[in-house]
Amino acid sequence: MSDHTADPFAPTVTSLAAALKRGDVSSRELATDCLKRIERAEPALNSFISVTAEQALAAADAADRARADGRAGFLTGVPLAFKDIFCTRDVKTSCGSKMLDNFIAPYSATAVQKLDAAGCVSLGKTNMDEFAMGSSNESSYYGAVKNPWDLTAVPGGSSGGSAAAVAAGLVPATLGTDTGGSIRQPAAFCGITGLKPTYGRISRYGIIAYASSLDQAGPMARTAEDCAHLLGAIAGHDPRDSTSAPHAVPDYAAELDAPLTGLKIGLPREYFGDGLDPAAAHAVNEAVKVYESLGATVRDVSLPHTRYATSAYYVIAPAEASSNLARFDGVRFGHRCDSPEDLIDLYKRSRAEGFGEEVKRRILIGTHTLSEGFFDAYYIKAQKVRRLIRQDFLDAFDQVDVLMGPTSPTPAFDLGAQKDPVSMYLQDIYTIAVNLAGIPGISVPAGFSGARPVGLQILGAHFSEARLLNVAHRFQQATDWHRQRPAFAKEIV
Amino acid sequence: MALQHTHVRRAAHLARLDISDAQAERFVDDLSRMLDMVDQLQSIDTEGVAPLLHPLDATQRLRADDVTESDQRERFQRLAPATENGLYLVPRVVE
Amino acid sequence: MQWETVIGLEVHVQLATRSKIFSGASTAFGAEPNRQASAVDLGLPGTLPVLNEQAVAMAVQFGLGINAEIAETSVFDRKNYFYADLPKGYQTSQMYHPIVGSGEVEITLDNDVTRRIGIHHAHLEEDAGKSLHESFSDETGREMTGIDLNRAGTPLLEIVSEPDMRSAKEASAYLRAIHAIVTYLGISDGNMAEGSMRCDVNVSVRPKGQATFGTRAEIKNVNSFRFVEQAIAFEAERQIELIEDGGEVVQETRLFDPDRHETRSMRTKEEANDYRYFPCPDLLPVVLDQAYIDRLRDTLPELPAAKRARFEGELGLSAYDAGVIASSRAMADYFEEAMHVCGDAKQAANWVQGELSAALKREHLDVAQSPVTARQLGELIARVKDATVSGKAAKQVFQALWDGQGQSADDIIDAKGLKQVTDTGAIDKMIDEVIASSPKQVAQYVEAEPDKRGKMIGYFVGQVMKASRGTANPQQVNQRLTEKLDARR
Repeated sequence: MSDHTADPFAPTVTSLAAALKRGDVSSRELATDCLKRIERAEPALNSFISVTAEQALAAADAADRARADGRAGFLTGVPLAFKDIFCTRDVKTSCGSKMLDNFIAPYSATAVQKLDAAGCVSLGKTNMDEFAMGSSNESSYYGAVKNPWDLTAVPGGSSGGSAAAVAAGLVPATLGTDTGGSIRQPAAFCGITGLKPTYGRISRYGIIAYASSLDQAGPMARTAEDCAHLLGAIAGHDPRDSTSAPHAVPDYAAELDAPLTGLKIGLPREYFGDGLDPAAAHAVNEAVKVYESLGATVRDVSLPHTRYATSAYYVIAPAEASSNLARFDGVRFGHRCDSPEDLIDLYKRSRAEGFGEEVKRRILIGTHTLSEGFFDAYYIKAQKVRRLIRQDFLDAFDQVDVLMGPTSPTPAFDLGAQKDPVSMYLQDIYTIAVNLAGIPGISVPAGFSGARPVGLQILGAHFSEARLLNVAHRFQQATDWHRQRPAFAKEIV
Repeated sequence: MALQHTHVRRAAHLARLDISDAQAERFVDDLSRMLDMVDQLQSIDTEGVAPLLHPLDATQRLRADDVTESDQRERFQRLAPATENGLYLVPRVVE
Repeated sequence: MQWETVIGLEVHVQLATRSKIFSGASTAFGAEPNRQASAVDLGLPGTLPVLNEQAVAMAVQFGLGINAEIAETSVFDRKNYFYADLPKGYQTSQMYHPIVGSGEVEITLDNDVTRRIGIHHAHLEEDAGKSLHESFSDETGREMTGIDLNRAGTPLLEIVSEPDMRSAKEASAYLRAIHAIVTYLGISDGNMAEGSMRCDVNVSVRPKGQATFGTRAEIKNVNSFRFVEQAIAFEAERQIELIEDGGEVVQETRLFDPDRHETRSMRTKEEANDYRYFPCPDLLPVVLDQAYIDRLRDTLPELPAAKRARFEGELGLSAYDAGVIASSRAMADYFEEAMHVCGDAKQAANWVQGELSAALKREHLDVAQSPVTARQLGELIARVKDATVSGKAAKQVFQALWDGQGQSADDIIDAKGLKQVTDTGAIDKMIDEVIASSPKQVAQYVEAEPDKRGKMIGYFVGQVMKASRGTANPQQVNQRLTEKLDARR
């Protein structure tokens, strides 16, 4: 794969789509190439839970036939992968858990169906924190994923396998999910672009629920342009998801090049506080200068309640999770313990054996905060604070078009370095409030702290994805952080 | 609101999770620190603030009363640990 | 001591939608196990609920039918608990913001006294599946229970009464009133044998005159009018005896055993459940505007209480007849059609309550299955009214219609020659023959005191009617006989 794309080590969706359209390469060749890379990379990286080579080649051949018949669309034949939280028909869908190690999904998520229909070729299912609970991808039943920039570092989580696979050039794009930063933080840690759309922009049907009022799927790719193409293919109302938004889906790709003259950028004071890695702060400041050179104006804003976001999140998300995960009871699907004594024993042992430590921790805290005598003090209180957090954003967007700051206070940390769950939770302080408010956010590569990438997070008002992608794309036209490749990506080609 | 061992035991029972005493001790410790973090919510004045249950102020759309699902019993029951005569089997339930 | 029983009912009504409340699976009764359990009903990972508009409309119709406030915004909550027949580990219900607010229904007791029973609220929820305790076993021979989730996700309207009832009779009258309302509205088939209406009964007792309520027991799943009465009678008696013996009633869930006519404790020492209700994040608030509610109000049929009042007030039926006929929509519709055809409410009511009800009962049929249509009966009554047939002959016509011997009353009257004879000449001729062949009776009649003659004339009328095979007009016969016999004195 050297003559049909500008970057042989890590091609983009857009460049591959163009090469396919020109006839420079077939979908089968692309799929075969990806499979080779995966085979070479995986022993070290562990970014996939399932590789579906056979299905991928069949889908690639179908895409090539469609192209030959003149039925190809923009994405026809483009290879990608799905976080293992998306149900994929007839393919194991584990959610990173022993509980679902034997679960072959009988249907596909709506987002998966839409990409199938667009002719995309799925290579398999990427690794993730168990039930999307984690920020380092170390809670997966299938083992930790390594960061391609430094194999001793975590890739971030919970969509760590998806980020690592893209960063290593195994696939040009993946779909991830983001409940408290699970797309943006691993994107930042792995030096790729990751978009968490507005809550409800993409159907949640067929995505295994962690926290229903916070979960949102989104594209993870090298560029904002790629994200725009993928978002356009999967966004929209789904009659199977009551919470999916009925808003019309704009042509995201068409608005990428709009000029940024007059763009009003807000820098939330609270995003530049104690504990922020100096190199990450520097990267954001340099990025802001780039925007000023593109015609944007910058001002300080305040999100006074954002410091409470982690607290509110660790009430709301585990509460919803404790209920969402009750269906894993060893009766209709999933892990079941041997020789249960009675029904209660069946439940208790199947769940104790099937769930890992972090999942149990969140189920327990969620069960506790919902229980009698605690519900008002925790759950209702947290939902009230959630309204205040959202109001901060709404007020800010009355004054500015977008907010910018670091995606994460630090670059990727070492594997095994975060032993304490609570200090790990506090890593997500810049991403969590966004999910509570339901607004979209994108992380774009903006530099390095030592050898590890750092991300710039750009936030917008509800349903402003077109603007966010435009703002991110113009940055990527002016900088080349997103074109940096880890040495690992070159070694496996 | 200090978390007691009994709280963790009770939550584990309600959530149907079999946990050992050693695990319970560890969870008391972890959960206590989570609650210490969460307790800072109590310092915020939320007088007159309505809980925000969904991030968007959307309302429920309704589905037409049509039968759209077909029988997929065999497909679904291939996922099940134990079935017989089309029924899911669980240890004897006594009422 | 004088005791008072205090009763509240929670009635679960299965709504007559085609598909389930949150999925597109069929709700038809009687399918093979799990053939109507869709991915959503099974709680498979990643599946999501979408609310059925018809379930909402039916709940609103019920609310309008009991003059309740309809919630502008209602919210679905999750009731979290583990059970074999509960696939998701929670039941989606409405705890904090139910769709129907407080209302009331009128009940009629046997002595035609009416009372109003308050309804606290009614809310929408999903049904659970069924556990089948057949002879299943696992590989080690351990006994197993089979789970059928066809019923899981069937829409239920749970109607929660105030603790307004004071006797088993009132409770069953209340249940009948609810049954009548939901079947009138067509929002449920009301089939109790198939579980379309199920009932939890809360019973407590207190010394008469005491203002506070006693501790209540909840009797689960009492599924017939008769069992409701029996369960309450037993439970009230049990509680009174317990207290009088110095014991205390504990708040608990009990089960009614219809074979033994007793209630027994279901869960003795298990700790109180903590359902951890919280708003379901997969569903959004249900917001109904006034125009929608008004549209449904406009399509509401006349309900049993209004119908009963109209039958009694406008049509002049007895309170009893009005109550019985109005208790079932099918019966009331039948009556009204027959009445319109014959133009006589009282006669129509007499026939419906008399011949028709007796025949239906004899053959265990529902009025909807009656071989005699309302139109046929109305036409028959009209023929009695215009004196084409006598009342006695009309019964023969009714039986013939029932047996399918003709398409209309007129056909049968013609075919059987049951047309009433009103021709004076023909009647005189028959009278003369009877007088001529009964000299002894004539002599007795003539000699009798005037006030005894009325009775004696019955013999002659009977003879004439017999001679006419029931077709002679009895009034006419009576009148002409009196004239002719009196002339002999």
